[in-house]
Amino acid sequence: MIADLLETSIIISVLAATVRIATPILLAALGEMIAERSGVYNMGLEGTMLMGAFTAYIGAYYTGSLWLGVVIAMITGGLMSLIFAFMVITLKVEQIVTGLALNLLGSGLSIFWLRAAFANAGQTPTTPFFDTVPLPLLSDIPFLGPILFDQKILTYVAFLLVPATWYFLFRTRYGLELRCVGENPKALDIKGLNVAARQYAAVVFGGLMAGLGGAFLTVGSAARFVPEMTNGRGWLAIVIVIAGLWRPVPVLLATLVFSFLDALQLQIQGIGVAIPYQLLLAMPYVCAILALAIRRSHSGAPAMLGIPYWRR
Amino acid sequence: MTTTSATPRLAVRHLTKRFGALIANDDVSLTIAPGELHCLLGENGAGKSTFSACLYGLLQPEAGEIEIDGVTAELTSPAKAIASGIGMVHQHFVLVPSFTVLENIVVGTGSGLRLDMTAARGRILDLSRQFGLEIAPDRLVADLSVGEKQWVEIVKALYLGARLLILDEPTAVLTPQESERLFAIIQQLKASGIAVILISHKMNEVMRSDRVSVLRKGRLVGTVTTKDVTRDDLTMMMVGRPVAQVHARSKPGAGETALSFTGVSLAKGGRTHLKNVTLDLAAGEIIGIAGVAGNGQDELLEAVAGLVRPDSGSIHLRGEDIGALSVHDIARRGVGYVPSDRFRDGLVSDFSIAENLILGQHWDERWRSGPFLDETATRRSAEQAIASYSVMASGPDMLCGRLSGGNAQKVILAREFAKARHLLLCNQPTRGVDIGVIEFVHGELLRKREEGCAILLVSEELEDIFALSDRIAVMFRGEILGIFPRHEADIARIGPLMAGHAHGAAA
Ligand SMILES: Nc1ncnc2c1ncn2[C@@H]1O[C@H](COP(=O)(O)OP(=O)(O)OP(=O)(O)O)[C@@H](O)[C@H]1O
Ligand SMILES: [Mg+2]
Repeated sequence: MIADLLETSIIISVLAATVRIATPILLAALGEMIAERSGVYNMGLEGTMLMGAFTAYIGAYYTGSLWLGVVIAMITGGLMSLIFAFMVITLKVEQIVTGLALNLLGSGLSIFWLRAAFANAGQTPTTPFFDTVPLPLLSDIPFLGPILFDQKILTYVAFLLVPATWYFLFRTRYGLELRCVGENPKALDIKGLNVAARQYAAVVFGGLMAGLGGAFLTVGSAARFVPEMTNGRGWLAIVIVIAGLWRPVPVLLATLVFSFLDALQLQIQGIGVAIPYQLLLAMPYVCAILALAIRRSHSGAPAMLGIPYWRR
Repeated sequence: MTTTSATPRLAVRHLTKRFGALIANDDVSLTIAPGELHCLLGENGAGKSTFSACLYGLLQPEAGEIEIDGVTAELTSPAKAIASGIGMVHQHFVLVPSFTVLENIVVGTGSGLRLDMTAARGRILDLSRQFGLEIAPDRLVADLSVGEKQWVEIVKALYLGARLLILDEPTAVLTPQESERLFAIIQQLKASGIAVILISHKMNEVMRSDRVSVLRKGRLVGTVTTKDVTRDDLTMMMVGRPVAQVHARSKPGAGETALSFTGVSLAKGGRTHLKNVTLDLAAGEIIGIAGVAGNGQDELLEAVAGLVRPDSGSIHLRGEDIGALSVHDIARRGVGYVPSDRFRDGLVSDFSIAENLILGQHWDERWRSGPFLDETATRRSAEQAIASYSVMASGPDMLCGRLSGGNAQKVILAREFAKARHLLLCNQPTRGVDIGVIEFVHGELLRKREEGCAILLVSEELEDIFALSDRIAVMFRGEILGIFPRHEADIARIGPLMAGHAHGAAA
């Protein structure tokens, strides 16, 4: 049976699933990477993604438009991170505690609202969901075509964000300023620039991306909302930012490793190999813990990560 | 310089700045001409940094007017100060270590999406050529020496178009050679019409300025033309009494060996920090370590304090091998350690003075009652330390992060001097403190010596070394190149050794 896994068609389907599974995690991780580059940890990613997933679903259900659902999810993510930003940047409340509170908010609010909207929460209606959009020519490339170029638009967006965030961080004036804020905010402050404004922008961008990632879970694949359906993806995204050294390309690689493990366990379960499925399910998370343990130093971490800026 | 010489570059009128009840600047008025080097002199906590911060828009004064080139300026933010042509080099470096020199200079400037790095590099090289600053735009700031970081800070301010440059104690961290370079740079700045405000506690530097303004407890005592006054006049204005620089001292007693290094070597990150150091220090003796910073002095002291472990060789404290002891165990044996970087290694900025004074010894009986900290005891001893070191503070509860630079240094000195029963490791003890305090610190060091404490003193101020040491050792690239009794040591013998020129047969 294990030999079945080496068949080309199976390899292609596992790798295509890897890319699909990577989409929401990559979106959230790239957003979190930008936020952390400004020196702010958003530990509320899980809750923000969950609310993104929920509002995309409910938005698409009531408006009948998938894209409106996506926009609503992003607005929701943006608003949640705006609240977070106000707490930790303006009021300088402890970042980790505030993030945890955001998770509780996302979890509670989505379930409550789901129950309020549909009398029978166990049997919620489905929405349509996005189809794959094969890219002309590219999708015909043997092997790579079906893996990379026969995906959903949001997947293309997520992968294009890798070079985009790289260009932003390392080639633009704003990227340099953002990195400066994370390393030594005073260095920017004494040049007469607004530190808080840059942190707000970075955190809200992170929220928009978490909302978008959440939306992919409902209107991008499941077509319905299930309580706690993010299932640790927000946390995984946070780990990925660390494992990916706060850099876009390593973040992409780390995302792919975790997603591959997830896709593999789905496939193994599918063909009925006799391994307890809980073990398989745990694989990406065990790998995440190993990745953290192996990364001994925090080289690459913004020096002022988690530390609020006071002018003294 | 012909047209502008009539209008001052800077005119400050009746500037007042309060922190709660404390008046840090009290009705200060002064003017500075283009191309003038103007020194601000005053004891620790006199309000020099506060005055600069008001000019740079970092603090908002309660009252006062500021005019730049004859135009009234509202300096409510650094952005406005920069736009008015004010530049500032802060008392502590404000750099991003993981950025290159170029990135540190250009970040926060420019417009549009991308920065024109080629043009920026060109301008930076032009500036550095014009003013004689040597900087390599593509090096990482983390790899720079302290002096090189200071040049980057100056270029940063000039790059923003400063016509008035405020330098807050730039020489406190520079070697004497680097300070000379700085004065050469200042000459260039002056020649191009840039006015410079220099804050320094070093009288020989102050004497090189055009005019001096003296602050005392926030008030302007007066502004004088430097060539009309003597050092003693300035000291009188600043402290209100003459400061004696000499202390009576007894002959070195032949105490027992308190500390001995035997063949100690240490390499770290591909660099040799200590090379076969062998040295004995007797109880009641002061050995001064002369040398340019970065030649292993820090590591020498850190090895004794237990902060780094030598690769080979042994260190004995009063006959006991301390190679395997923890930092805490070594400190408990009566070893005090004054680190060179006060805010990084010496203090917790968010702790109060009282808390910082018991830091690392809070387990001691004196500060405890049962399992609890004894508030009354810590407060009482903090009040004593504040009084005897004349720390300018609102009380034992004041956060150390709010102290002026020199006053923060005094808190460390108070703690470590008290801790040192047998051995005191002192790295740059007088960095950033005013001459009144230098006199006091010298007195305290000699008193500790009389009490039989052994003292290892690292200082770049040869004045400190000559005034205090019984023996003087010169370090270069981790090696002790020579050790002399004080009466045999003079600049002519020590200077070449500091530069690594071993004399005579030793080649
Ligand atoms: N943020 C603050 N809150 C309260 N008091 C402050 C604050 N900043 C400075 N002070 C106090 O104002 C006084 C002046 O401090 P300032 O830093 O200007 O001194 P300074 O002349 O630069 O001294 P030094 O030579 O030691 O650097 C000090 O007594 C200091 O404790
Ligand atoms: Mg100061």
